[in-house]
Amino acid sequence: MDYNDLRHFADSWGLLFMTLVFIGVMAWAFRPAARKHHEDARMIPFREDEADQ
Amino acid sequence: MTAFLQSGIFLLFALMSLFMIATATQAGFAVHGVIILIASLLAFVTTLGRLKPATNGGWILQDHSNGGYDDAVIKAGLIATVFWGVVGMLVGVVIAAQLSFPVLNLGSEYTSFGRLRPLHTSGVIFAFGGNALIMTSFWVVQRTCRTRLFAPDLAWFVFWGYQLFIVLAATGYVMGITQSREYAEPEWYVDLWLTVVWVAYLAVFVGTIAKRREPHIYVANWFYLAFIITIAMLHIVNNLAVPAGFGPKSYSLFSGVQDALTQWWYGHNAVGFFLTAGFLGMMYYFVPKQANRPVYSYRLSIVHFWSLIFLYIWAGPHHLHYTALPDWAQTLGMVFSIMLWMPSWGGMINGLMTLEGAWDKIRTDPIIRMYVASLAFYGMSTFEGPLMSIRSVNGLSHYTDWTIGHVHSGALGWVGMVSFASIYFLAPRLFGASRVYSLRMINWHFWLAMAGITLYTASMWVAGIMQGLMWREFNAEGYLVYAFAEVVAAMHPYYLIRLLGGVLYLLGAVMMAYNVWMTARGRIRNEAPLDAGQPYNPDQDRPHQDKPLAPVSAGAQPAAAE
Repeated sequence: MDYNDLRHFADSWGLLFMTLVFIGVMAWAFRPAARKHHEDARMIPFREDEADQ
Repeated sequence: MTAFLQSGIFLLFALMSLFMIATATQAGFAVHGVIILIASLLAFVTTLGRLKPATNGGWILQDHSNGGYDDAVIKAGLIATVFWGVVGMLVGVVIAAQLSFPVLNLGSEYTSFGRLRPLHTSGVIFAFGGNALIMTSFWVVQRTCRTRLFAPDLAWFVFWGYQLFIVLAATGYVMGITQSREYAEPEWYVDLWLTVVWVAYLAVFVGTIAKRREPHIYVANWFYLAFIITIAMLHIVNNLAVPAGFGPKSYSLFSGVQDALTQWWYGHNAVGFFLTAGFLGMMYYFVPKQANRPVYSYRLSIVHFWSLIFLYIWAGPHHLHYTALPDWAQTLGMVFSIMLWMPSWGGMINGLMTLEGAWDKIRTDPIIRMYVASLAFYGMSTFEGPLMSIRSVNGLSHYTDWTIGHVHSGALGWVGMVSFASIYFLAPRLFGASRVYSLRMINWHFWLAMAGITLYTASMWVAGIMQGLMWREFNAEGYLVYAFAEVVAAMHPYYLIRLLGGVLYLLGAVMMAYNVWMTARGRIRNEAPLDAGQPYNPDQDRPHQDKPLAPVSAGAQPAAAE
């Protein structure tokens, strides 16, 4: 396992893995069910005074 | 028991600093020993002073909290931010003056440009910016998690520990203690101390998120957490070094091109995760709060976050174009830098569009105006950056003052303005005032800063591009046309303009310090409100008609409506 092995691993399987994870994360954010959740989450800064601290 | 353990640790530090002083072969190391001795003795005495008997017969530390959010440490952080901001910018003005008039180096090693320059960069990035990030993160994480800080005592340790780090770093630079790594100049023992403080910071932040009452972790906290974790990783790897004995000197584990790449992997991600991700956390909380509107698109903020995280870490090699770094690595750095256009502009649009339907606030609210200006500069400098990372453009821009202009459009425009606005947001809330002492002074601060940035960046663009072109100009015989000193002389007028820009920017910061000071004293300046334009009159808001308009009020008759 030398520099070249690591470098080839990085620009093949490593790159593929990172790309797939990224696409997965994006798809997760764009799934239709997320819309309601996002609408709720963006109001969080305006809920700080609500009761229990 | 833990209370005694806590004070015992401080005593141990005091003993260790005595050892530092006793064995020091260099004066600077002994001075650092004295600073650590004073700091640890103060911490020891303060901890003992807070001891009180517990109900079970043992001893505990007195708790000063009043049941609300833990804001005392944030208040201290605000004061530190303003203080270090003025100091760091003042040193910046001094070194800008030294570049224009070398006689100002004063002929002393302690006041030479080489020693004061890291004092400026660390002063504004780590002392001003770092304190701003730590204090706002403590504010944001408590509010968005609707819970108090995890381990408030540890938060105080983070605050004072970080100030000690700043003092050790700054005094070290002046005394010539440096490992000469860009933005990471402190020597190994100061680096170790920062690691301890940073781990404590991570513990406070993650601990607070873990005990949150809000099921979802708000996106601002994602950015803050990414900043804390990545800076920990960068700091440790970049500072891997072997001390040359017990003294202020160490040797890096890396050498040659590996060392260069490590330094710029660190250096560029300090920009990416300290000056960008951290301050984006600030932006995603304070802009919606000040505008009183939720962020434009929460989904876009998630896309912004993950694209920034996935792309930024690879951009460092663009600092090493045309060097011994392999071509593929240079190209990789360039490609990832260009891809960063997308998340950066997505984030800028997300921040700006938060004002949708409330654009008039830019005219009426000077704090919102600062946030909008900072987002505009975020957009501009993240457009310029990828452009400069393109190898052929870099061939012209690198090593010239264009780079300095670019850095300051980001630092003065984006980081500075977003921090100033957040300071103005927090000051009345922390000191229990109804508003900042003077809104008109915020307005003055805004325009002084804008004029300063404009003079600074415009003069550095001209100076830098001229410098790059003069360096590469050949005559018909193939000789370089200009000597190095001729290029320096040609830049002198632009250095003066830059100095003026810096002075204006510093003036604005001094004005802020006064404004915050008066706010802290509970004063409200008696002043005319900022012009909010004419009050809205629905009767006059209609297309032109032949019949005269209805009178606005008994006193004010509209002039000839024909």
